Amino acid sequence: MGSLRLDLTVPTRAFDVELALEVGPETVALVGPSGAGKTTVLRAVAGLTRPSRGTIECGGETWFDAGARADKRPEQRSVGFVFQEYALFPHLSVERNVAFGGRRDGLLEQLRIDQLAKVRPGELSGGERQRVALARALAREPKVLLLDEPMAALDPHTRTAVRAELHDLLRELRLPTLVVTHDFEDAAALANRVGVLVEGKLRQLGTPAELLAAPADPFVAGFAGANLLQGDALVGRDGLTEVRLAGGGTVFSTDEARGTTTAIVYPWDVALARESADDSALNHLRGEIVSLVPLGNRVRVRLPQLVAEVTAASAARLRLEPGDAVVASFKATATRLVSRAG
Amino acid sequence: MRIALHTAVALATAIALMFLVLPVAALFLRVSPGVLVDQLGASAFRDALVVSLKTSLIAHVLVIGVGTPAAYALARRRFSGRGLVLTLVELPLVLPPAVAGVALLATFGRYQLLGGTLRALGVTIGFTQAAVVLAVAFVESPFYLRGAIAAFEGLEGGLLDAARTLGAGPGRVFFRVALPLAAGALGAASALALARGLGEFGATIIFAGSLQGVTQTLPLAIYAQFEQSFDVALAIGALFVLVGLAILLALKLVPRGSRAWGSFGGAVGAPARPDA
Repeated sequence: MGSLRLDLTVPTRAFDVELALEVGPETVALVGPSGAGKTTVLRAVAGLTRPSRGTIECGGETWFDAGARADKRPEQRSVGFVFQEYALFPHLSVERNVAFGGRRDGLLEQLRIDQLAKVRPGELSGGERQRVALARALAREPKVLLLDEPMAALDPHTRTAVRAELHDLLRELRLPTLVVTHDFEDAAALANRVGVLVEGKLRQLGTPAELLAAPADPFVAGFAGANLLQGDALVGRDGLTEVRLAGGGTVFSTDEARGTTTAIVYPWDVALARESADDSALNHLRGEIVSLVPLGNRVRVRLPQLVAEVTAASAARLRLEPGDAVVASFKATATRLVSRAG
Repeated sequence: MRIALHTAVALATAIALMFLVLPVAALFLRVSPGVLVDQLGASAFRDALVVSLKTSLIAHVLVIGVGTPAAYALARRRFSGRGLVLTLVELPLVLPPAVAGVALLATFGRYQLLGGTLRALGVTIGFTQAAVVLAVAFVESPFYLRGAIAAFEGLEGGLLDAARTLGAGPGRVFFRVALPLAAGALGAASALALARGLGEFGATIIFAGSLQGVTQTLPLAIYAQFEQSFDVALAIGALFVLVGLAILLALKLVPRGSRAWGSFGGAVGAPARPDA
């Protein structure tokens, strides 16, 4: 199984997208805010946008080489591209949409769209459209799979189920896959590795766990869903770092930092109580609940300083309501300090 | 005050409708249908019908055959001077047909711009059926090009990109995706252009003349006949009304048919229905 190697610069209106990446038989997610150049990378790999510099290779075959003036046309590159909103041909049935790319037996059955063969895309649900787009992309037996925001056109109810299906399919295919998403949860659920792209540059590339455990900068941490607390770091007691928060209050961390820093704590590491408890957690921030958002069996509780995630059962037991004064507690060992400007 | 306003609006609408409908109705009221049908047998009419059908059809095939790929290129490519080219394409729209006739004569006439070259090749165009075809094509092509460019510009770019990533070369993208998706709008533009071409008068009479059986088209026949036999002129007029109605009806029906699969972006960008 060949891998996809790219090292390229693509100029866009606002900035240059610069990326060097090797994708083996795995899924790599490119995440970042909209307009960060994620889709540009996919289009460059597919040959729809021409890089100004660099190379694109797939399975030992050169698709693009600015130095050697090599540039294969999109139709000559073996890519399976699933477009945002899927770009299904509205005038062709599901069957003929898939056959446009090539004929491969059992594909409709594998993606459970065989009973929809004669239906036009306009009559399909979001999840069905996604499966048709995947089948069409796979019909060519591509060497690389490119997915542009595959979850964006789905409604929240189907999202989780479709994500799990897509995850299983990608594991089965074992193709070098680049998936673009603005949602860290989608990226973490689908990909072996996640790259955070901001203004065309890769801020960090690693497994989802690595990005959560050791974010390279506050932006990556914020993108992964962490609370960001700005403050000034100084030497604290017991070998800890003390951070005087800009928003008031003090937190401690086992990380080392001096001067302006950002303390990072994930919502699921924050516990809530009515009163300060005499527990092992060193960090206690007091605040009034701004909002409560239930997410299945969890509840996201927003305080002025940070967001905490507690189980729905705990939220019910504490009878949490907006406006209630609570204490948020988290351990110094769960508090990361990142000093690079974001 | 309100009642006065309503009355004024109603009156204006009634006047506008009367003004537009009455002359058309007069065509049919002035002579009985029996007489009209009889006049359709007149030789002047039959000759003009043949000339009109033949020249319009040839001109229309040329306009569509050349205009469709040209419109596709103009719609999808970005190049410097594109705005100027698009303006030039539309220029004949605002030219009086008589100016078009003089201009064509100055280009293809015996002793004019291309006349010498054509004469050397043994081709004479002025005052032949070829001249009628050129005149008709000249005045109708901007109507078709404008509509066709808009049709191709309206295509969702993602669909054409998707076709390329699925292995389709430019030709297959055009015939399998762009053309079927634009078909409804192209049909509408084609019908408008055809109607304009059939009715062409000024450019034809100046560039091709009005020779019965050779260059005398139906509109020219009306002009030639209305002093000799007003009934024949009326009969031809009535026939034009019927053709015009047919084209308008087709225009109203074609987009509805193609909207079923969303060629106008309806189904393409619409949110998916929630899963059952």
